[in-house]
Parts: sequence; C-alpha cells; structure tokens
Amino acid sequence: MKEKEVPQDEALFDGMSEVCYAVDESGRYVLAESAGWEPANIANVQAWEVIRCQIEAVLAKVRAGELSPLAYHMARHQMDAKLMSGYVRLFGWQVRRHMKPGPFGKLQPERLARYAGVFKISVEEFRRIPDCPDTD
Amino acid sequence: MNPAFPHRQTAHCESGVIANLLTSHGLPISEAMAFGIGGGLFFGYLPFIRINGLPLTTFRTTPGSIFNRVTKRLGIGVERQSFKSPTKAMAELDRLLDRGVPVGMQTGVYWLPYFPPALRFHFNAHNLVAYGKRGDDYLVSDPVLPEPVVCAAADLARARFAQGALAPKGKMYCVTSVPKALDLAPAVRQGIREVCRFMLSVPFPLIGTRGIRYLADQLERWPAKLGDRKAILYLGNLIRMQEEIGTGGGGFRFIFAAFLQEAADVLGEGRFLELSQRMTATGDLWREFAVAGARHCKGRSGKGEDFSDLARLLRRCAEQEDALLRELASLVRK
Repeated sequence: MKEKEVPQDEALFDGMSEVCYAVDESGRYVLAESAGWEPANIANVQAWEVIRCQIEAVLAKVRAGELSPLAYHMARHQMDAKLMSGYVRLFGWQVRRHMKPGPFGKLQPERLARYAGVFKISVEEFRRIPDCPDTD
Repeated sequence: MNPAFPHRQTAHCESGVIANLLTSHGLPISEAMAFGIGGGLFFGYLPFIRINGLPLTTFRTTPGSIFNRVTKRLGIGVERQSFKSPTKAMAELDRLLDRGVPVGMQTGVYWLPYFPPALRFHFNAHNLVAYGKRGDDYLVSDPVLPEPVVCAAADLARARFAQGALAPKGKMYCVTSVPKALDLAPAVRQGIREVCRFMLSVPFPLIGTRGIRYLADQLERWPAKLGDRKAILYLGNLIRMQEEIGTGGGGFRFIFAAFLQEAADVLGEGRFLELSQRMTATGDLWREFAVAGARHCKGRSGKGEDFSDLARLLRRCAEQEDALLRELASLVRK
C-alpha cells in the first residue's frame, strides 16, 4: 500500500483514526493515519446488523413470554449462557434456567442484584421488559 | 504523580505494548521490529473454533507469544503475575506504579469505556500499559489509541477480569532487567525462521500457506453448502479478521514487510528489501480480496463475479507468500 493510497473512509469509531503501514515515495515504510476503510466498514456494519437482529429476535420472545428479561440483556451485551455464568459466578445451566420467565420470577434479590450489577443497571431496569431495543 | 511514558499509537496492541515498554526502558525499538522478532506473522483457518458461530481465521500467532518471544530473544527480564482476586490484582498494580514502573496488562476490550462502542466485542487478548495513577483513575497508554487516556479503577478492574475465552485473569507484566544494548541480528533471524517454519512446514493442512489454499477451497463451496446469506456472513467475518483495527492493513502483511525493511539494515543484507516489496505486494493482494469480498457482502458484485473469483485471489496470495517465504527461509538458514 502506498502512503498516498491510505484510505480515509470515515469509520464507525467516533472519529478515532487507526494506524496503517504504507510505503512513502522513496519506498520506505511509514506509519500512516487512516480514518477507516470502506470494505472493513461494510464487514463491521454487517457484524452489528447480525447482533441487532439477534437482540430483536430475543426481545420478541421476551414479549411473547418465552424468555425472561435476562435473555434480552444478555443479547444486548453479546453474551451467551457460558459467558454470563462467568460474570455472575453461577453454572451455565443455572443461567439458562434464569433465561426462562418462570424461574426468573423466583430469583432472590441477591441474585437479581448480581445480574444487574454486571450490566451496570438497577434491579428495576433489569426486571423491566423494554419497549424498544436499546442498542448503544 | 504524572510520569511521562513514550506513548506511540501502533497498529497492533501486543507488538505496540512491547515496543512502547522497551522504549520506556531506554531501548528504542519499533513496533514492526517487535512484531517480526516475535514471529508475529501467521495464517490459520480453524473452522472447528467458532466465534459467535463463525469460523476462526487468524493472521497472527497466538496471543501472548509475540511478547514471550521478543523478551526471551532480546534477553529482557520480565515479571509476570496473574490473580484470582481483583482487589489483590489492583493493589499489586498500585504497588508497582508507586515505584514508577510502567505495567503492561492483558485485558478484555468490552468494558473499556474509552473504546468506541463499535469496537466493543468480547475480545480478551487486548494489551495496554498503565504508567501512573491520578486519584482513582489510571493513566493508560493503549497502543490502539492516538493519545494516552484516563481509565477509572472500576472499569480497568472489570476489563482485567473479563470472562470468556482467553480470560485475562488480571494478567500483568513488567520489565525487570534489560541488557546494556540490544543485539538485534540473531533475534531477527530467529523471528524470520519461526515465521517461515509456521507458514511453510507445519504438517497440518489448516495452517500457513497450505491453510490459505484450504480456505480458498472451502470458501468456493460456501454458497452451495451454507446458502447465500450465511456464505456472506462467513465472508464478512473473514474480512473483519483481516482488516479490523490491529492488523495494520492486509492481515499483518504490511507490518511484516516493514519489519523486513528494518531487517535489511540490521543484517546488512539488501535482498530483504526486495522480499519486503514482494510482501507488500501480497498485502495489496489481500486488500484486493477484501475489496472484492466486501462488494459481495453489499450485493454489488459484478456479473459473473462469484466466490470462485475470490478463491482464485486467495490462491494467488498463497502462491506468492509461499514463494517469497521460501526465499526468505534460505537467507536465514543456519
């Protein structure tokens, strides 16, 4: 890649630029700033699109009473039961159980707080079924 | 306490952290040099390892190995620690910072508040350096960012104890002793030899240039095997692994080409310059693959352009890398 050809397509990174390696006119390698590159952007947008679809699918199931709010918050944070279990120091099967509305309703306050703490939200927010998917 | 740390933004976090740490200990070294000595260049297509249901493709060696090899090959003393308790991990960090020692750490990226939201995935092999503390905040040199940043203690603790694959478990490391002068030449040779060995002669078909060819064969069959939608997801993921922040472009091929240029000076061997140019050319070819692939993802591919054209590009990458690495290997043979 030539220094003059370093792409400057704005990326999704809030204006943060990245470092690229490119050759200058004399053929020496230099570090060049790149604002982003369209092919990489397309791939990134695609990845986020998949996550957004997953969140919406889970939210629809939560509304239909098939899954608990925990499942929604996990989807929002790209977590599966195994990853979640690491954060709340429970077993995977326990987390999977809590993803169902019935067992979720019987969760002790201490466990609710533990879950909410991982997501950095209050217990009330954690238990509420959101109106629209919150993707930050 | 507001110590200075020679922060440089680099392409890749691991080689960047080593380069910055060594520079802070009076041994100025570039990121590309650290990457090369650490034998960073690699290729592996490992479909039995899934990340979010997508097969793992990697263009670099396993996390941590660049650091281990560079420090070993340059005779740098390192103290490493891991922890079970976040409280202890943070206390130990404070103790070292109090003594004025910059500390490297492995962290997850998901909980780092200064990361752009679009980059927040559960990736746990990130590296950064803390070089001071102000109140309850740490002064952090994150090599992926243009400037040093400030990170709250709670957020840093969370990132150090991120869960999941490659969980960092609070891993931290600092330089304890350095040689009087760096003897780069033997280390450079070792690094190159290692890259050639992994890329050319591992008896496992998913790794090295054979792995690139294997990927080409698989990729050609994705649309028939997986359906169009999934084939495009696989392709998009491949492009992300190749071009995401941290690769310096072209799946680390450009960083390695930069290293070969420096190697030419260190070893006084002009032929490395030509090989560097050829490595640049394969990097450009990888970029071409990303451009064509992204067109597919957008549904904008031209008439008659299909996955076999993409596979052909990959086979050319494999062929070129194979030829140039063989020549490279012959230059550093013992």
